[in-house]
Amino acid sequence: MLYTLVFALFLIGLYATITKRNLIKIIIGVIIMEQAVNLFLLLIGYRTGGMAPIMDKSISLEEFVTRAVDPLPQALVITSIVISLGSIALMVAIAIRIYEKYGTYDIMEIRRLRG
Amino acid sequence: MNWVFLFVFLPLGGGFLLPLFDRFWTESRVKEALAGAVTLTTTVLAFATLGGEGIYQMGNWPPPLGINLVVDGLSSLMLVVVNLIALLVTIYSFKYMEEYTPTGKYYSLFLLMLAGMNGVILTGDMFNLFVFLEIASIASYALVGYRRGAVELEAAFKYLILGSIGSAFIIFGVGLLYAATGQLNMAQIALSLAAQGRGVIVGITSAFFLVGFGLKAAQVPFHAWLPDAHSSAPSPISAMLSGVLIKALGVYCLGRVFFNVIGIDEIQANILIWGGAISMVVGALLAIGQEDFKRLLAYSSISQVGYIVLALGMGGILLSRGEEPLAGLALLGALFHLINHAANKALLFLGMGVVEEQAETRQLAELGGLFHRMPVTGTTTLFGVLSISGIPPFAGFWSKLIILIAALWGQFYVVAALLIATSVLTLAYYMRVEREAFFGEVPERLRRVREAPAAMALVMAVLAVGAIGLGLLYLPGLRELILQPATNVLLEGLRYAQMVLGG
Repeated sequence: MLYTLVFALFLIGLYATITKRNLIKIIIGVIIMEQAVNLFLLLIGYRTGGMAPIMDKSISLEEFVTRAVDPLPQALVITSIVISLGSIALMVAIAIRIYEKYGTYDIMEIRRLRG
Repeated sequence: MNWVFLFVFLPLGGGFLLPLFDRFWTESRVKEALAGAVTLTTTVLAFATLGGEGIYQMGNWPPPLGINLVVDGLSSLMLVVVNLIALLVTIYSFKYMEEYTPTGKYYSLFLLMLAGMNGVILTGDMFNLFVFLEIASIASYALVGYRRGAVELEAAFKYLILGSIGSAFIIFGVGLLYAATGQLNMAQIALSLAAQGRGVIVGITSAFFLVGFGLKAAQVPFHAWLPDAHSSAPSPISAMLSGVLIKALGVYCLGRVFFNVIGIDEIQANILIWGGAISMVVGALLAIGQEDFKRLLAYSSISQVGYIVLALGMGGILLSRGEEPLAGLALLGALFHLINHAANKALLFLGMGVVEEQAETRQLAELGGLFHRMPVTGTTTLFGVLSISGIPPFAGFWSKLIILIAALWGQFYVVAALLIATSVLTLAYYMRVEREAFFGEVPERLRRVREAPAAMALVMAVLAVGAIGLGLLYLPGLRELILQPATNVLLEGLRYAQMVLGG
């Protein structure tokens, strides 16, 4: 069920990116899409009622393995957040530059490239 | 193979140092020297990997736990192509980039892109592949908009958005693979999938990868960004993007993931064939009508990468039918054409970059008779044109011939017909470039254009020699050194996993 919702979120982001005309809305669409992916990665490792994956002396290894959530996707999500930060910063910077050149955020009016 | 990390480390380190140089050594040539030294070193190292095979364990973690870099036939071939083109493009940039002020940033982004590509080629870990892919992509987004004009920014934004969609699809696919197998190491994933069989989830994953890598390789219908991005970038960067970036991030990843990790089946192979065929034809048709010669070259890239993807797909189908020798021929044709197209398209973008700079226009109609004014550029570009259109005895002819023979023997008659038709179209639009730009009368405005500076001319001459000489790669002796090991990696899908985990 949760996976369906995450996938729906992904599609909403994709829809916004493809159909919106405003540069900022397009960027928001990309952000939604990337967050949907991050949520998906977290869900893969999630376990209902699981514990934080921190090992200490009070629990045995077997108990840790059966109860803790998978820490690996969490590490992936952190990396993926940093990467999307980089690309989104670049997107916003370019969008601002485009606004300076064209005076609009509307992609229908920003159309000097054709063919 | 414990020095393999240098392929990523040197460009990455250089990329970090260069912006500092912009601040402290504004006048000197230190930046150019550093960028040149880094690309020269990686090129020499790339040639040293030929024929070898092995893994490097990052931080001494053994394969299932840590990230490892893998050298085999396919990655050696890609390393040589990528680093050699990068070296030539760097030399060309010395002169070309003089007019732009902070060149440190340019070389920094250039080296980051190189580090990303080398990483993608070497890595043996799915998530690490995504990270390197993003390093290369983000650097290339910034390079496309480097000139900061209105059109360049527009192209960079379009490229950035579509590239980000592609990346989101790829990482979704990586997540699905992790969910299915609990592994990120490519070799482990391959073994797990081979053991547990292919479920629905593998099908969904393939779809995500096809869209993601298809976007990176600019295959129709995901090609919209390429003509804008590749024609707006500075010419050396166009040469890098069209010559190697779409191949390292798109074609190489498709080959590696589908042949060595997931294992190709008929459905995926058919999608590759028809996607490639449509790209090939549509790219060529769109190229015919172009007035802007850099856009024409960019559409031609879509078409030529279509050839490569198509041949990969044919290899996949023949492989799943059990016709291994024929599959080997198709895959060898794909890799051969990849090398040829990298050299030829880099040559053409560099040559037309000189034309653009001297004539200050990108419109074919405003050019003419440049052969008399710039003989070196004219001759080298003619070599590139003849090779890419597949005229014997140039290199491009041999690779197209191999793909065609594989199509005929494999009974893909429709594909073979499309291959021949596209070759004719390719010849037609390239002859138009030659006629309008290099032959005929020199317009009044262009009486003063001069030949390219010596360093740029040298680079183009090297690539022009390649346009003929690369045909020799198919000869026995040389074939066993470069093409055959790379083909074998794709043919013997699971041997990759055994090689990584065994040694």
